[in-house]
Amino acid sequence: MKSILKTALLLFATISLISCGGGEKEEKKDIKIGDYSKKETKKETKATSSADMIDMSNKGIGPVKSVTIGDGIDDTMATHGEDVFQKMCSACHKMDKKFIGPKIADVTNRRAPEWIMNMILNPEEMIAKDPIAKQLLIESNMAVMANQNVSEEDARAILEYFRKYDTQ
Amino acid sequence: MKKLNSILAVAIFSLIMVSCGNNNESKRSGGAMSSNVAEKVYVAPGEHDEYYAFLSGGYSGNLTVYGLPSGRMLKEIPVFSQFPTNGYGYSEETTPMLETSFGFIPWGDAHHPDISQTNGELDGRWVFINENNTPRIARISLEYFETEEIIEIPHSAGNHSSSFVTENTEYVVAGTRFSVPYPQEDIAIDQMKGNFKGPLTFIAVDENGGMSIDFQLKMPGFNYDLSHPGRGDSHGWFFFTTYNTEEAHTLQEVNASQNDKDFIAAVNWKKIQEYVRNGGGEEIDANYAHNVFNHSTQTATTTMMNKVLTVDPRDVEGAVFFMPTPKSPHGCDVDPSGEYIIGNGKLSTDLTIHSFSKMLKAIENKDFDGDAYGIPVLNFDATLAGVVKDGGLGPLHTEFDDKGNAYTTFFISSEVVKWKLGTWEVLDRQPSFYSVGHNMIPGGNSRKPDGKYMVSLNKITKDRYLPTGPELEHSAQLYDISGEKMELLLDFPTHGEPHYAAGIHADKIKANSKKIYRLDENKHEHATLNESETRVERNGNEVHVYMTMVRSHFAPDNIEGIKVGDKVYFHVTNLEQDFDVPHGFAMIGANNSELLIMPGQTKTTTWEPTKVGVWPFYCTDFCSALHQEMQGYIRVSPKGSSQELKWSLD
Repeated sequence: MKSILKTALLLFATISLISCGGGEKEEKKDIKIGDYSKKETKKETKATSSADMIDMSNKGIGPVKSVTIGDGIDDTMATHGEDVFQKMCSACHKMDKKFIGPKIADVTNRRAPEWIMNMILNPEEMIAKDPIAKQLLIESNMAVMANQNVSEEDARAILEYFRKYDTQ
Repeated sequence: MKKLNSILAVAIFSLIMVSCGNNNESKRSGGAMSSNVAEKVYVAPGEHDEYYAFLSGGYSGNLTVYGLPSGRMLKEIPVFSQFPTNGYGYSEETTPMLETSFGFIPWGDAHHPDISQTNGELDGRWVFINENNTPRIARISLEYFETEEIIEIPHSAGNHSSSFVTENTEYVVAGTRFSVPYPQEDIAIDQMKGNFKGPLTFIAVDENGGMSIDFQLKMPGFNYDLSHPGRGDSHGWFFFTTYNTEEAHTLQEVNASQNDKDFIAAVNWKKIQEYVRNGGGEEIDANYAHNVFNHSTQTATTTMMNKVLTVDPRDVEGAVFFMPTPKSPHGCDVDPSGEYIIGNGKLSTDLTIHSFSKMLKAIENKDFDGDAYGIPVLNFDATLAGVVKDGGLGPLHTEFDDKGNAYTTFFISSEVVKWKLGTWEVLDRQPSFYSVGHNMIPGGNSRKPDGKYMVSLNKITKDRYLPTGPELEHSAQLYDISGEKMELLLDFPTHGEPHYAAGIHADKIKANSKKIYRLDENKHEHATLNESETRVERNGNEVHVYMTMVRSHFAPDNIEGIKVGDKVYFHVTNLEQDFDVPHGFAMIGANNSELLIMPGQTKTTTWEPTKVGVWPFYCTDFCSALHQEMQGYIRVSPKGSSQELKWSLD
């Protein structure tokens, strides 16, 4: 009796495939992770060496195209930036050691000011596309940088705080 | 054996040939048109529904949010019942929401949601809903989709003819279905007649939504079943159906159905409002809870109130009248123009429609047919606008479209019936599956209903879905009402019993829906807005842990120095500021619930460790690739141990 059932099931399955199928296409394509569009993905040079990781000409991807930096430090702005940093960022970033994310000290000598602000303001796109940010994500054990919905003004203040820290 | 196999194969093959074809004889609605019907309810992945529908959860005590036309459930909002999913009614911040004069009540029976209005149109600010069992009215924010306020209704029992709002949300009403001694007293039940009362409570709503009881109308001891406000010309009036005008106190199934007609009570609330503003009414003792959730402190508070203003309807000339209405009317519905008041005589086949303008004339002409406890009874024929004859069996509720049509549910004959206002002719009828209670048309109870969809809210689910044992969810059905004939489009299950629903176009709500709680607006007493401020404090055997969470760690995540017999308060703040990044908090052996904490929010739960050891806690909401790493340990030492408090994250 079991064998009858088995045969019946097998037949059922086969016939269903024949009689109801027809929709599937034969051609197979390699599906790559994150490849949602049909556009050719640009091949980006991977930033692996430490030399690639210091690229002051890379302004990153995001709303900030250029930042005007004054000669000195705007202390009021830096103090505000420190306050915002403490509230919004310090859970993952420490100044003098790597914590969840990279250590901050000396960052203004490693990254363009625009890159720093874009990383704060547009982390999702940065870690998806920017070669340095992509490498940092890997080094940070895939802990994604959180978008803390900081305003552009506050991001600028955070940059000023970093600048002040790096001159001391 | 082989022969048998081949016979089977042939049989199955032919079966499949049939099943792959178009089965036009499908018993499901749609039949040959089913592909067209499917398109009408199809909302493609990533796209949004056109309407929000808020369905009462009945005995779940909560409110569910659905999208129409897809019938997808979007959210369950806890209102009158504890909700361990996010800690509502368990967390220290929210337990005051469920306080009443009877103490902490962890559940409720939610009934009739109604959306706030401005100038007779839904404005999408709040949705109100009543609790029938322990009489209460709740206000839910449609920015946060959270319960912000619950007010208990004193001297009431069976808070059923509630929580309908007036044209400018001046009032939300709460009527009594079970008449009771007023105020409560220890008397023999058979002394009911003449001694019990049916108070109707008018709750004023201020511009921020704040509710306060303005006055309570001390009505005769009938059962006030449902109600709706006047609109347009009849704005300023409120209409309530009554049954059990027999005032039977036992075997009501029989004894409350003796009179051929009960009443629709017409209440001129503007007149009474003026009367109380001029010092009218009598302040009497009362005991009721007023619970308010403050979004700034993220904490609810309970205030016990002890007075209520009561008004004897006979003291306000021309304020209250009874309109005789046949057969224990249930639904009391007012058409978009405000002219017609529909009494759905539930033990009948007919609908009785009263005319507001005729009612005014009858009042002016004193066309009375006696009185009931001193309240004038208007002559039946003097207010009658018409009768919808033989609509079906057991009419319950009526809603309206924007083209002068009305749609009535018939419980006993399980159908929805479309008829024309003014001519009272039946235009169409469609079966509903099964035993339909309320129906809902988005924009209902307003001057401008949308005539596109109707939802029927059915009491019996039976065979509509895959069986799930004896206990089933209820069922709702979506009809397209844009054409001459109604067309059944979709079945979808509902959570709890959807007594009623309120629907509104998504555009009126969508843009205002909050994405996060802003950290810079978080004024919670125990918030930790900065990881450097995280700490653990001991006060006797009370230990307060000030903890933060961010993808993907807790601070602190190692705590020592907790002892058996301690009561540990975890005040946990989510430091994220991005949309939809919640974290959960779960402690092994916690006797209450977990916490689900949204970005910028602080919540508090308690834990009373009973066992020595090292015990983990963790995040319950999969927050990032490192979610599985989001955990910590608490060392619990014996009672009396000298282990000092220590905490760290490194």
